[in-house]
Amino acid sequence: METQMKGIPRGALISLGCEGSANKLGIGIIAHDPTTGKSTILANIRHTFVSPPGTGFLPKDTAKHHRSFFVQIARAALRAAGISPAQLSCICYTKGPGMGAPLQSVAIATRTLSLLWGKPLVGVNHCVGHIEMGREITGASNPVVLYVSGGNTQVIAYAEQRYRIFGETLDIAVGNCLDRFARTLAISNDPAPGHNIEQLAKHASGKILLDLPYAVKGMDCSFSGILAAADILAAQMQEQDAREARGEPAVNAAAGEVRITPAELCYSLQETVFAMLVEITERAMAHVGSAQVLVVGGVGCNERLQAMMGYMAAERGGSVYATDERFCIDNGIMIAHAGLLAFETGFQTPLAESTCTQRFRTDEVHVKWRD
Amino acid sequence: MATDSATHQFPLPAILEYPSSTPPELITQGAEGRLYKSTYLLPSIPCALKYRPPKPWRHPVLDARLTRHRILSEARNLAKCRREGVPVPNVYAVDESAGWLMMEWIAGDPVRVAINEWLQRRRDDERAQGRTGDAVVEGKGEADADLVALLRRIGAAVGRMHKVGIVHGDLTTSNMMLKPWERGKEPANGHNVESDGLLEGEIVIIDFGLASQSTSEEDRAVDLYVLERAFASTHPRAEKLFTAILEDAYREAFKQAPVVLKKLEDVRMRGRKRSMLG
Repeated sequence: METQMKGIPRGALISLGCEGSANKLGIGIIAHDPTTGKSTILANIRHTFVSPPGTGFLPKDTAKHHRSFFVQIARAALRAAGISPAQLSCICYTKGPGMGAPLQSVAIATRTLSLLWGKPLVGVNHCVGHIEMGREITGASNPVVLYVSGGNTQVIAYAEQRYRIFGETLDIAVGNCLDRFARTLAISNDPAPGHNIEQLAKHASGKILLDLPYAVKGMDCSFSGILAAADILAAQMQEQDAREARGEPAVNAAAGEVRITPAELCYSLQETVFAMLVEITERAMAHVGSAQVLVVGGVGCNERLQAMMGYMAAERGGSVYATDERFCIDNGIMIAHAGLLAFETGFQTPLAESTCTQRFRTDEVHVKWRD
Repeated sequence: MATDSATHQFPLPAILEYPSSTPPELITQGAEGRLYKSTYLLPSIPCALKYRPPKPWRHPVLDARLTRHRILSEARNLAKCRREGVPVPNVYAVDESAGWLMMEWIAGDPVRVAINEWLQRRRDDERAQGRTGDAVVEGKGEADADLVALLRRIGAAVGRMHKVGIVHGDLTTSNMMLKPWERGKEPANGHNVESDGLLEGEIVIIDFGLASQSTSEEDRAVDLYVLERAFASTHPRAEKLFTAILEDAYREAFKQAPVVLKKLEDVRMRGRKRSMLG
């Protein structure tokens, strides 16, 4: 207990953050030292709802998961941090955007904690949480941010106390595209479908690139057509498998047909969608004249995306900032951190206004803590 | 290999490595490509060379496919505009596999530079008369006639481009040049002989890198909206005037303008972006 207590500076503000906008329930505790401005992570506990292969996570099941695990995770976080609820300055929760039912479960649980312990509430924009945590961990001062996850795909740059969206997806998020393709191939959702696609893609030869659409429009992009095209290729692969099982030749070599494998499919899909993301990020960097790029969100863990982004940034005389799965994937600590930054400027969410919303744009938040 | 972006020296595309009487000059470096000034056929004919370098992080198959497609589509859209009388640079030569497109060099300044200089001069004049110089430009009176005429020419040029079925994709006042009138080709009306000539010249639309062939009202309205936003952020003092005159001139140049302008109101309401995010 004593060693853990040593981490907390005297007079520090401590915040507890609860995140549950998608299938991860995360509770984190962070301390800000008001004199040095340094933050100390005291706890970062997460539990993920994993659905069986071939299926996605449904809102009602996910909400049920969050409700069942909330108390257990909250206790574990307090224990890991070695603090009592009385030491907290505020309690933060994800106000949105995200899936309705899981958001509501966590909002209700957080309100309960706030009333139980008599602590003020702070509602946090999920996207801003990712950005602030990424900046804190990597030390990137004013980067162009690529926020890529199962629910969001945005290119963001900061200007005049707002995170402004320069480009975004016009339909589904890039992570959603990857997750749904993992469902088509019925590969495991554990620990994450995107992670398993990344591992499969490593087995590809790298010589073949299957033909998929490339949909960039200015600084925006679109992924639904790519998913549909990838699904068609997956169906062709199954036909080839069936032919092979019957003892016929799998491919018509004379017609130039290639043998499609899950690895080649995952590789081609990754190469195509990541090239699109790098392209729109580069365009935003040229537009705002920045050479730093920060990648946040679950897809940001992907090492191939980080490598491509690094190559592009290096050519522009800059570098890429990325974090690992502890901070890229949804977590409570980012909500605690962004919430505490707002709380320090005097921001609080009164109980009567402590709602949550599925629609909450990144540029709606007044970023009072930056100049 | 990576150096500070300010001092970064890019390798020249192969085409510019042949000896020539005029050394190539790097004009701009965008995200997509680089623009060089060189000469074509004779040392006296300047040209612009747009080069899309290979992107090493992209899969080589994808990179070659995209570069080829984009160079060809830009050349086709330029050629189509030219054929139908929309003022754009003439295409001289294309090598889509090497990734370059050679075009006519347009003399003069971008419209953005001309308008900013004009606004600055107007501010200086107002200050000399003891006013703040921050007044909104209303377009009334002799003094603003030049700007009104210029905005009319912009609206007409965009209207003509839309009429031939091309949307630009990145309309800004930086992507329009103010090309000095050729001798004897000045328009009979709208040409102010008395003026200082700052805003005189033919509007030439450049950079068709994001252009596409489309006749949809939505695409055209977004084109206008992008121009409107770009104008408001670069020349805020003339924003109101701009919208009114642009719409007026656009309507005159393009028969289907009313439908597009109606759509533009929708686009303005929602912004270019959708409001939903999950």
